[in-house]
Amino acid sequence: MDLVIIITACLVAVTSSIIGCFLILRKMAMVGDAISHSVLPGIVIAFMLGGTLGSWYLLLGAAAFGILTTFLIEFFNKKGGMQHDATIGVVFTSLFALGIILVTVYARDVDIDQDCVLYGELDHVAFEEGKNIFGLLIPYTILRLSVMLLCVLALVVFGYRGLFLTTFDPAYAATIGVSVMAWHYILMAAVSLSTVLSFGSVGAILVVAFLITPPATAYLLSDKLKQMILLSLVFGVSGSIVGYYFAAAIDGATSAAIASVLGAQFIVVFAFKAVQKKYFSAPNIPVV
Amino acid sequence: MTAFQNIVDFLSLKEANVRYVVLGTILLSVASSVIGCFALLRKRALIVDSISHSILPGVCIGFMVSGTKDPFFLLAGAMLTGWLSIYFIDIITRYSKIKADTAIGLNLSVFFAVGILLLTVIQNSGNPNQSGLSDFLFGKAATMVLADLYVFGGMALFVISGVALFYKQFVLLSFDLHFAKTIGLNIKFYEFILSILTVMAVAIGIQTVGVVLMAAMLITPAATARYWTDNLRKMLVIAAVIGALSGIVGAFISYSYENMPTGPWIVIVFSLIAMLSMIFSPKKGIVAKWMRQRRNSHKMMEDNILKAFYHLGEKEGDFHKKRTVEDLMGLRKFERNKLLNGLKWLSAENTIVHINNTYVLSKRGKATGARIVKIHRLWELYLKKYLRVADDHVHDDAETIEHIITPELEIQLEKLLDYPTEDQHNQKIPYSK
Repeated sequence: MDLVIIITACLVAVTSSIIGCFLILRKMAMVGDAISHSVLPGIVIAFMLGGTLGSWYLLLGAAAFGILTTFLIEFFNKKGGMQHDATIGVVFTSLFALGIILVTVYARDVDIDQDCVLYGELDHVAFEEGKNIFGLLIPYTILRLSVMLLCVLALVVFGYRGLFLTTFDPAYAATIGVSVMAWHYILMAAVSLSTVLSFGSVGAILVVAFLITPPATAYLLSDKLKQMILLSLVFGVSGSIVGYYFAAAIDGATSAAIASVLGAQFIVVFAFKAVQKKYFSAPNIPVV
Repeated sequence: MTAFQNIVDFLSLKEANVRYVVLGTILLSVASSVIGCFALLRKRALIVDSISHSILPGVCIGFMVSGTKDPFFLLAGAMLTGWLSIYFIDIITRYSKIKADTAIGLNLSVFFAVGILLLTVIQNSGNPNQSGLSDFLFGKAATMVLADLYVFGGMALFVISGVALFYKQFVLLSFDLHFAKTIGLNIKFYEFILSILTVMAVAIGIQTVGVVLMAAMLITPAATARYWTDNLRKMLVIAAVIGALSGIVGAFISYSYENMPTGPWIVIVFSLIAMLSMIFSPKKGIVAKWMRQRRNSHKMMEDNILKAFYHLGEKEGDFHKKRTVEDLMGLRKFERNKLLNGLKWLSAENTIVHINNTYVLSKRGKATGARIVKIHRLWELYLKKYLRVADDHVHDDAETIEHIITPELEIQLEKLLDYPTEDQHNQKIPYSK
């Protein structure tokens, strides 16, 4: 049972970390944050249409609202003339408020509540029905997350060049005919989909911690993209395992405990880098 | 009860409970809207989001320390962690290569996670006092009582008077840090005061909308006010009015409908006002901008047609000869439909006269055409003489500027160049007599 929960958490962490690396390098961490909040109305509407977690409605609803968020942020900023950081705040709070109202109004018809929105129900995976594969009963959540992970891996492996170029040198990418816009929206769609698939297990808000924290910690230690992705995976997986036992020890929400551990990892690495810089870096020798 | 009766009951403030809720919501909304203007102008809109999420662990710690929901403990904890998040963001961006947006996202999600963790630990601990603690997540304006009003209303007034007291210093911080430094303002100190007031406004504001939506209380009214004015004083007042109005509407909705959350409705009202302002505000709205663009493109079209008439007249020595659409299209690449439209507008203004599919330049039309040609040629001379632009590069620039130059600039240009009679291409410069 422990293993099932840990595997689920690791799948969320791994998928989010890979996407998160590109988000923070593109300075779009807050757009990712906004999307993870704004998919809520999409999720609720999908539930109202009779969907369940993992149904196609849900994926479509979330992807639609994720793309809508990105579009609205651009539109308010470019056409509406609103300050960029303010547009993010205005857009995600409006959509999230809409989602909460829908959850409250249709609470009876919809199988989600406010707690679920906030921190998910990671522990429920253990009691879930599953599919029998090679004699092993694998819960549907794990199946869905695995498929998502495979998609993200495929995106990064096969789209590496496009993602790499549009992240580090969009101007050059445009010159050689790589569509900056297309990759932008592909990445945003990936953020929306991974948010909605992680929604049931870690909630709409805590997924942000999974998206941003391991990549940020890895970014402190590395200058190379591939290395950064690998490091963030290490942090994500180790954080999930430690976080699970931490939660069990103090009797709190598992997803929140994992996110807290991810935060603690960042603090430790940050302090380590600061000390290293202060005491162990080569002295600045003036060049004559 | 009819909807109308509902509104009357609500507005008459007969029930004491409604009075507290309305007054409390207004005070909290005004305080956060006002302080939000400075956050927005200082490009710290998203830091506000981080502060509000970071308040959750503080509230929990306050509860764990005191064991009760005493507002003073909860607020003290809230302000401590709220302020810590500002401090952490500052440290992270200053001492590492991590950018501001990542630092903000990291702070808000991790602080929030710690908050949720503590909250669930408290809930599982079985302390009977803990019920209602989760109201901080989405606000609980509708349940405000007199004691709350004293504490939160008092603190809201404190924030508002703080802004009034340090208005001058805050203006300098928002608009001109360099100047503030030069005149010896203690920037660190006033930034600290501003951050304390901001954290305080957020900490008390979560009563109304909760931690997740709190950012809207500060950002949205301020961003909306920006559409209506460029004057900071007016901006503060407009933001405050929007804040108060949305507070009242939100309180009304949760009064009228059972189980309706106040916070999300306040945010929805905010956002609707913001969107309407963005579309319809008279100066910066999308409609106004679109109309201005349309007017400009009309004017440019008209200018270009009159110029074409003038050039034809110049070439043939007869300005008032009948011209066909083909004559004009032969001179300049007009799109036929746009040209026909332009000719229609000009006929309506009597600058040209429309006679059986031919068009004749009127006297007034000739004067306008001459003026545009004059400005074009003067500008070409100016570019050559003062900016040393090559002769074959001056035309395109002059094509644009001829529509923009005002009569005042026109006179200055004439004087500066000392009323030349010909441009560098030996074309006569037509002056009006």
